[in-house]
Formats: sequence, C-alpha cells, structure tokens
Amino acid sequence: MRQLIIIGSGPAGLTAGIYAARANLEPLIVASSVEFGGELMNTTEVENFPGFPEGIMGPELMARMQQQAERFGAEVVYDDAVSLELDGDVKRVTLGDGTVHEAPALVYATGSAYRKLGLPDEDRLSGFGISWCATCDGAFFRTQEIAVVGGGDSALEEATFLTRFADKVYIVHRRDAFRASAVMQQRAFNDPKIEVIWNAEVTGILGAERLSGIELTDTVDGSSRVLDVTGLFIAIGADPRTHLVHGQLEITPAGTIAVEGRSSRTSLPGVFAAGDVVDPSYKQAVTAAASGTVAALDAEAYLAELHDRAAAQATAETASAQPA
Amino acid sequence: MSTKEVTDSSFAEEVLAADKPIMVDFWAPWCGPCRAVSPILDKIAEENADKIGIVKINVDDNPETAMKYGITSIPAMFVFQGGEVVKRIIGAKPKPALEADLVDFIG
Repeated sequence: MRQLIIIGSGPAGLTAGIYAARANLEPLIVASSVEFGGELMNTTEVENFPGFPEGIMGPELMARMQQQAERFGAEVVYDDAVSLELDGDVKRVTLGDGTVHEAPALVYATGSAYRKLGLPDEDRLSGFGISWCATCDGAFFRTQEIAVVGGGDSALEEATFLTRFADKVYIVHRRDAFRASAVMQQRAFNDPKIEVIWNAEVTGILGAERLSGIELTDTVDGSSRVLDVTGLFIAIGADPRTHLVHGQLEITPAGTIAVEGRSSRTSLPGVFAAGDVVDPSYKQAVTAAASGTVAALDAEAYLAELHDRAAAQATAETASAQPA
Repeated sequence: MSTKEVTDSSFAEEVLAADKPIMVDFWAPWCGPCRAVSPILDKIAEENADKIGIVKINVDDNPETAMKYGITSIPAMFVFQGGEVVKRIIGAKPKPALEADLVDFIG
C-alpha cells in the first residue's frame, strides 16, 4: 500500500523520493505538469553540486535524480496537485485531471515561484521583451542591448549567459554590492559586455507592443532616467509556493512553511515540508536535497510509530476480548 | 499522435490559409518548458481535432516566421484565424489553464 505522497519534483522532492522508495514506502511523486524537475530545469551548467567536478547541466541532474528514485520504486505522475486535505489520518491529494490519491503521510516540496517587480506593464509585456528564463529566450536578443535585474547568483548567471547573444548586458541592482557568490561576481566583472548599474530600481516599463526601455530610479538621490533596452530579464528572487496549504499549515513571517527545529515536521502530524518552501536563506540544490532526505526520514519514523501503535492497540483489544 | 511540424516555407499554406483556427507552438529544442508543454498540446490537439488545428514550428530552423511575429519568449502559442493572430499565449501552462485560454476555440 502507498505510504507516502510527495508533492514536488525538484531536488527536495526527488531526494525524498529516493529515500522513501528505499524504505519501501512506495512513494508517489506528484511532479507537476509543466514544471517537473523544478527550477534547475531552466539553468545551464550547475557547478556546485558535489560529485560533479566538471559541472552538470541542470536538466541532466534532475533526470538522474528521477531515475534514481524510480529505480527503487518511486512512481512519478506528471500532473499538478490542485487541492490537499491534510488534517485527517489519511492525506488526500486531488490532481488536475480529477484523480484522488491517498496516503497516511505527505511531503510538501513545491519550491518557490519567481518574484515579479510588481509594475503595471509587467504582465502585458511578458513574452514581448520581458522574460523570466534566460536559457529559453536569450537567443531572441542577438546583437541587442538588454538588462538583467537582480543581484543574486541567478541574476549574475543569467547575465553571463546572455552575453553569448546580446551586445550589451546591464545588470541593474538596487544595492551597492551583490549577494552572489564570489566566483559568479568575478565572472560578471571580467565580462566586457556586462555593465553594472548599482543603487538603481526598475520603476517603469516602457513600450507599446514590445519593450523599448525601462525607467530606473536611483536609490540614493531619487533621480530617474530611461535606459533603452529591448529585453529585460527579471531575477529578483522567489517566494515560497504555499497557496495549496494556506489555512492548513502554519506559515512563518518569512512566508515559508513552519517546521519544528531542524526537522521537517509541520504543524500537522504526518505532513512534512522540505526544500525552498521551508528555506528562507540558503536555497541551494544541495540544501534542498538534504532537506528532502530529512523529510523522508521523518516520514518513515512517523509511519513506523503509527504502525507500532496500531499493533499495540490490536494486542490490547485481543487481550481484553479474552474471557475472564 | 504527435503535433505536425511546419516551416517558414509551409507556414502560409498550412497556417495562414487554413479554414479552421490553427494554434502555432513556437518552440526550440534547448527550451525546457517547451519540452514540458509539448505532450499537453498533443493531447489538446487530439481531443479537439474538429475545432482547432495545432502545429509546431522550431524557431531555430525557422527564424523568419518567429521574427515576423515578434517572438521573444518561448514557448509562445499563437492562434491564427483567417491569416491573423487572434490569441497569444506565452509560457508553459498546465492543461486546464491552456484549455481555459483556448475556451473561445474549443469551448
């Protein structure tokens, strides 16, 4: 019988799948219909996952994790969880096609969703100059001048990647220093096609049918100016994807799912959370994978305890049913 | 059944001159979300074969058409009717969301 359902198929979900399958929990991994593999599916070279000294492509790494989970009996379904019932002894998951799956335990590892700038014309020009995926869309900006907004690893990685196509890549960052790792920073600083615009916020998006420029406001003196770019790649971080569990699980002030100490135990028994959806700070493939391991081990311990309790109760009932 | 491929040279005949609405999936092999949405489009095409045609065009091999329609983000799924673009859908979406976007055609 199915003991565990895992929602999510990034490093956290798939690693939970590997551990849970090896513990014979026969996990079902709800991988999503269009975002299976998670954020790494949109990255190129992953250079910091231990065990791959030459680097590995993001999609290749995720395919390998999935093979590893499936090798031990995890089942993967390419659909989206659309609703969850988490409070009973049986956790119920309804998928996009209407099918319902049940198990006594559940791991929630849905990761996070790209943060938007929150500007009026952002949605209108998405796909018409504004992009969230450099690997998908970079090639459409050959010989053009474009901007990347953000200051973390993903922003700098995207900017460096985009220099393959664009003539000029501006990095717009609202502070005077990057959060990105030293190696990514060095690569960006050494790239003659990259120019960093410090202390600037994107405050306007210009263009009728297509993006023609962005308005920048200086965070120090408040002055504003227009930067003529035909492409804008937004990499300003991501927010934990908790909409399916709102009102069911406790959420922290940072917006992540609250877990007990270093465990993956949420506010409901039998429900465990892992990966970026619980992590406000580190958000690495390897920390997400580690967190998936914790969730699978916590789920295994919970299920073993349920099993022991049921066995003890059965023994007690048999004893009390004996004639005096 | 997998969705038919069109090219720069067959686009006018197969898309612009078609009798029924045709949704064109602009895609490329290096685009992860394109690969993810592809089987969903195959399924929608199969289930609505009498109402809408769905074809795909590789933007790497057919840059002319992609440029003509101002594609800067893929997957981009444009519906053509009577030679004109009547609906633009950007980005991979789950099947129910795509069906909702296409409600005017497959209702």
